[in-house]
Amino acid sequence: MQNATPVNSAGAGGARPRRSLLTDYGPTYGALAALVLLVLANALFTQNFADVNNFRNILLQVAPTVLVAVGMTLVIATGGIDLSVGSVMAIAAALAATNLERGLLPAVLLGLFAALAVGFINGALISGFRIQPIIVTLALLITGRGVAQVISRGGQIILIDNQNFMSLGKGFVGPVPMSVVVMLVVVAVAIFVMRATSFGRYVVAVGGNEAAARLAGIKVHRTKIMVYALSGLLAGLAGLIEAAKAEASDATKVGLYIELDAIAAVVVGGTPLTGGRVTVVGTLIGALIMQVITTSFNMLGIGFAWSLVLKAAIILVAVYIQRPKVA
Amino acid sequence: MQNEPVLRMEGITKIFSGVTALANVSLELERGEVHALVGENGAGKSTLIKIMTGAYTRDGGQMFLEGRAVDFRTPEDAQEAGVVAVYQEVNLLTYRTVAENIYLGREPRRFGLVDWKRMNADAAALLKRLGLEIDPRAPLGSLNIALRQMVAIARGVSFDAKVVVLDEPTSSLTEHEVQILYDVIRRLKAEGTAVVYISHRFDELYTVCDRVTILRDGRFVATRPLAGLEKIDLVCLMLGKQREELRQGTTAFKGVTAAAGETPLLSAEHLKRGRKLNDVTVEVARGEIVGMAGLLGSGRTETARAIFGADSVEAGEVRLEGKTIRRGSVNDAIDSGIAFLTEDRKAEGIIPELSVRENLTLAALPALSTLGVVSRARQAEIVDKFMKRLGIKAANADQKIRELSGGNQQKVLLARWLCKNPKFLILDEPTRGIDIGAKGEIQSLVGELAESGLGVLMISSELEELVEGSSRVVVMRDGQRVGELRGDEISQDNIIRAMAEGATGEATPASTATAHVTDTTPPAATPPAAAPPSEGA
Repeated sequence: MQNATPVNSAGAGGARPRRSLLTDYGPTYGALAALVLLVLANALFTQNFADVNNFRNILLQVAPTVLVAVGMTLVIATGGIDLSVGSVMAIAAALAATNLERGLLPAVLLGLFAALAVGFINGALISGFRIQPIIVTLALLITGRGVAQVISRGGQIILIDNQNFMSLGKGFVGPVPMSVVVMLVVVAVAIFVMRATSFGRYVVAVGGNEAAARLAGIKVHRTKIMVYALSGLLAGLAGLIEAAKAEASDATKVGLYIELDAIAAVVVGGTPLTGGRVTVVGTLIGALIMQVITTSFNMLGIGFAWSLVLKAAIILVAVYIQRPKVA
Repeated sequence: MQNEPVLRMEGITKIFSGVTALANVSLELERGEVHALVGENGAGKSTLIKIMTGAYTRDGGQMFLEGRAVDFRTPEDAQEAGVVAVYQEVNLLTYRTVAENIYLGREPRRFGLVDWKRMNADAAALLKRLGLEIDPRAPLGSLNIALRQMVAIARGVSFDAKVVVLDEPTSSLTEHEVQILYDVIRRLKAEGTAVVYISHRFDELYTVCDRVTILRDGRFVATRPLAGLEKIDLVCLMLGKQREELRQGTTAFKGVTAAAGETPLLSAEHLKRGRKLNDVTVEVARGEIVGMAGLLGSGRTETARAIFGADSVEAGEVRLEGKTIRRGSVNDAIDSGIAFLTEDRKAEGIIPELSVRENLTLAALPALSTLGVVSRARQAEIVDKFMKRLGIKAANADQKIRELSGGNQQKVLLARWLCKNPKFLILDEPTRGIDIGAKGEIQSLVGELAESGLGVLMISSELEELVEGSSRVVVMRDGQRVGELRGDEISQDNIIRAMAEGATGEATPASTATAHVTDTTPPAATPPAAAPPSEGA
């Protein structure tokens, strides 16, 4: 995609900070406004919506998507995409579930390590061999699910009865579900990384102008490999949570189509697919919007299919708002 | 009118959203001539070609093909009429055969099906006519770049072309492959086809072309026969300089660089990269501003990129303060203290969506962060200091760089390097496309920096800038270093003369090589016919 933004030739450098503030955060504010509106409307018109249990439920359901979407946000910020996340979730879940007899820690570490490794492979293929991200991660999406089924002894559903492991999906910290805590911590760390570290700046710089980033001495390869590895790791974590919630690992189902939800959350949140800009908060909001729609349609007894239609409309609107502005 | 030209374009004007790209440009092509089209950046060559071949519609003027007024709406119209362009990036199908590529979209048919036999036979005949030994049944992908380009030309010719435009046809060819191209061109010429030849390389122009049309800033400058046109006059026409009486008796100078005995700050030796860089050597001392002159495509930017490690080179060595820089490693160059302000601010300089602050400190981040966390305070300090020092005008440091004017963007990019305290700075067209005020500021800043010990290599198309700003000027042509001027010798005249006449073969030992350009050219009074094209085969 081109960054065909014309340079403001108004000599003095255009003293218009107000306007720029609004357009900069436009998508995020728009998404936030949409979320607030959705919640308010539902609180007014949907019975039992404004209930602590319901909110907790929404957060519980959105947690895996948010974890995946945060990784996806970084990948998309570099101008890439990661379609393999669902399969990575399945691999991590299958590895953990089949190795729980060795103990909780080895099982969890094994699952996460495998996820990290798949992400690393994605990154290495993309940056080292210059293959398009969509192709590389599509390949891993396909093979990954196959691998997960092989790990699950030929595609069996692996039941889990390790209480400690299950607490990852079902446990609570005070009133807050464990997985929601994990989600919030990951979001907070991601916000910090993107704002405060040099890595965060490299990610956006690589996505904004790779040639310029390279000439400024940024290690473009390393940056790309890192974002895909992180995306893999977070997907692995999401896979473990899904398995813990379901008390089983089903290699054919875990994380199926989650890449689409994650990409939608990223885009609706205001990180453009062209890369070069990033908002982790936006991604959280985007994922929440999608979840609130699903939940409320469900509660209102409107067919699931209609929620898909509304989601599609929201994605289109979000992309329309973000389109490159050509004067 | 007897002997009507094949193609005549008169008073062609083209305006893009208020900006005049071509104003009243004329071009005449005779049967069987090879016509060079030259001009520097923004001269309007490609716009003119696109109008000629129907890719753009003109806003004014007339065009005649064999005396009949024509008006091509699309490239297909133009092809149909026999006017075709062959572009440097070959647009063919890799997995189809040579014959299919040549006749793509108009395959000969029989009973509604493709008549393969006839297509292959026609293609074979056509290739033979052009003197090419290519199997029409071979998949295009099995041919090398040069032969693919010949197939593209064959495709052009197969439209019964009366005019074939070759846009930088040699840019990806080796020396040997260029000869194949020349053969094809000679055959086209013999058949009466008019060939428009666009190239930056003088040696090619003088080898294959009969006449040249020069454009500058969207205007027609002149059409001249190449035989008898001195290179120096050609350069003058391209740059819009008057050929004044060239001063005689300028003191002779040696080709050697750097003050005797002293180790230079930077030395780049025998850089080689295909035909783009041919054994280029440059040395820069501490506190010295070395200007680099040359026309478009002469190897200036390639030299800069090779020194910075941005492109890999086949041979050569770059040393800073005697320490060798790892070949092709931008990071090693940066870490050693080399900085490079690129010529293409938009494509390779700014990160448009990031703020002035982040753009300014992008290269300095490792120094500004502890364990990967950037110190906001130190960042702000540097940004503040350099915004003041360079007079960067922005609403505040948070403003996106893309909203700044060109001059201010350039200052931010300069600050990106200066805040790292480099030892050696490469400036590639530092003042192109920026306003006069910022230009002056940047020029005087560079002067100050050099006084404080920085070594500078400054590439510029503006001769004034080179003459005023440099202590030495290295002149490039056709990927080679063809001369060097120092002290009093630095003048626009001498630079132009070196660009045009400097010895082509610095590498060939017996030639005048690095020696004095004014030695190789008898000054001013040379009668036109006395300057035959000397290079080529």
